[in-house]
Amino acid sequence: MTDLADLTILEAGGGLRAGDFSAVDLLAANLRRAAVTEAHLHAFLVIDRDGATRAAEEADAALAAGDEDRPLLGIPVALKDNMVTRGVETTASSQILAGWKPPYDGTAVARLREAGAVIVGKTNLDEFAMGSSTENSAYGPTRNPWDTDTVPGGSSGGSAAAVAAGSAMGGFGSDTGGSIRQPASLTGTVGVKPTYGLVSRYGLIAFASSLDQIGPIGRTVADAATLLEAVAGWDPLDATSYPGEVPAISGSLDAGVDGLRIGIVTELSSEGIDPQVLGATTAVVDRLSDAGAEVTEVSLPSTEYALSAYYLIAPAECSANLARFDGVRYGLRVDGDNVEEMMAKTRGAGFGPEVIRRILLGTYALSAGYYDAFYGQAQRVRTLVRQDFATAYENVDLLVSPTSPTTAFPVGARTTDPIAMYYSDVCTIPSNLSGDPAMSIPVGLDDAGLPIGFQVMAPALGEELMFRVAAEVERGAGFTDRASLATSEVVDA
Amino acid sequence: MPVDFDIARVAQLARIALTDEELAAYSEQLEQILEHAARVQALPTEGVEPTSHPLTMVNAFRPDETSACLDRDEVLTQAPDAADAYFRVPRILDEGSANS
Repeated sequence: MTDLADLTILEAGGGLRAGDFSAVDLLAANLRRAAVTEAHLHAFLVIDRDGATRAAEEADAALAAGDEDRPLLGIPVALKDNMVTRGVETTASSQILAGWKPPYDGTAVARLREAGAVIVGKTNLDEFAMGSSTENSAYGPTRNPWDTDTVPGGSSGGSAAAVAAGSAMGGFGSDTGGSIRQPASLTGTVGVKPTYGLVSRYGLIAFASSLDQIGPIGRTVADAATLLEAVAGWDPLDATSYPGEVPAISGSLDAGVDGLRIGIVTELSSEGIDPQVLGATTAVVDRLSDAGAEVTEVSLPSTEYALSAYYLIAPAECSANLARFDGVRYGLRVDGDNVEEMMAKTRGAGFGPEVIRRILLGTYALSAGYYDAFYGQAQRVRTLVRQDFATAYENVDLLVSPTSPTTAFPVGARTTDPIAMYYSDVCTIPSNLSGDPAMSIPVGLDDAGLPIGFQVMAPALGEELMFRVAAEVERGAGFTDRASLATSEVVDA
Repeated sequence: MPVDFDIARVAQLARIALTDEELAAYSEQLEQILEHAARVQALPTEGVEPTSHPLTMVNAFRPDETSACLDRDEVLTQAPDAADAYFRVPRILDEGSANS
């Protein structure tokens, strides 16, 4: 018999409406999975059993009353713990927010509640989303359900691990430099960074405001599209949310790629990429070509500098955003003789090393005398990266590359070398700088049995085209493997 | 350009209290990261406009209407120290400076 925890969202939605099982049953299956895997994974910081049970019971009542219009009704989802949830502890994996119970829901959270989704809990992340392995959490690392000696990627590693393990049907994360796509790649899940502004950032604890974007993690392309559709759209509470019509997202999943022009990005598909990842990428590209796409190599020359630009822009913005954590309104306070000493001691005690590193870097890059040489120059490089994309899209409809240069790496392997850790995001950062959508789709396993992700990038608001190609990539790859930990029995033993 | 900075001053600007050992460790790490980041300077950008944001919107307006806001009491329950309807902090001015 199929464990309900292994269904896709679309299958579960069908079963709920057919009366095969209830939302309470579905939640119980996910919680059971969490109960046997969490000791090995630590994907969650909080499991909100009571809140989730109430939401599942409400979903069952709505289903009994014939609610047909909400595809997420009764579906258990896991939220990255930088998404603010009213009354449920939200720390962004930082000591400085220990115990904080927010007085409001973020917009994406509120929309998920309206959609009838069941919020299982809050997932672990690198502190304030700064990291690529979910090891920089003040509450301990998350591990990869495919191999618990490896990391799940980050910073949305908790949501990715929870979805891969079957402890939630879907998840949400935030992507500033690859923080949704890279963990999706490392955990064999589908992860999406939507067009900047498509999902409101209100109630997302800010890291780098011009780069941050909330997006979904699912087990299939169709599930990810369904999750995204529930949260996309303009929000008066986020002045940078996109005010136009929400583009179609899941409308063309079956349309195929015949006649589409697809460019493989030379700079992101050569030097520094693991040969097995490159091999899998080439195989996907060949299949797209066989399916009728016209594939060419495309150069984005400025992306060589994207990583360096990112490591000036993101810290600069974070140094400003994290100024709010000062021991006055919420979270930790360490006493001092005057207010400034209190703030400095609070921040010194409350922030972890990677966060302090980035605040210092950003403060320096923005300080008088260095602003133009570092931050200003990085912003000009950003313009060049955007121009590269614009030029490429004159000749191709979409771009593709590997998502991550390697598969999951061992726990501890990059923690002492910030630059090696930063390199994890080399393929994903360009889309954050440009603001365009991009997503990762699992396409195979390496020799160690670890998942390999493939990245599809589209022009701004090109979600429908991006999901259309992603669906073809998924069909062609036929990736049906599940994480070794995604089974209740093995772990019981 | 050479990477050269006063780490204690940067930490002071950022309002982060660090020990001398911590300052020394961060100083070394930041030098390495900045060396890497300074690669952006190799790219010729004369005449290139900076991009601060991916959207080109200038202003976002809404009707000037009142609407619900956060509940004050609920907000204050989360403060490290509150009194009446206020957040309470240690004194801001030194003794005597109020009169100077």
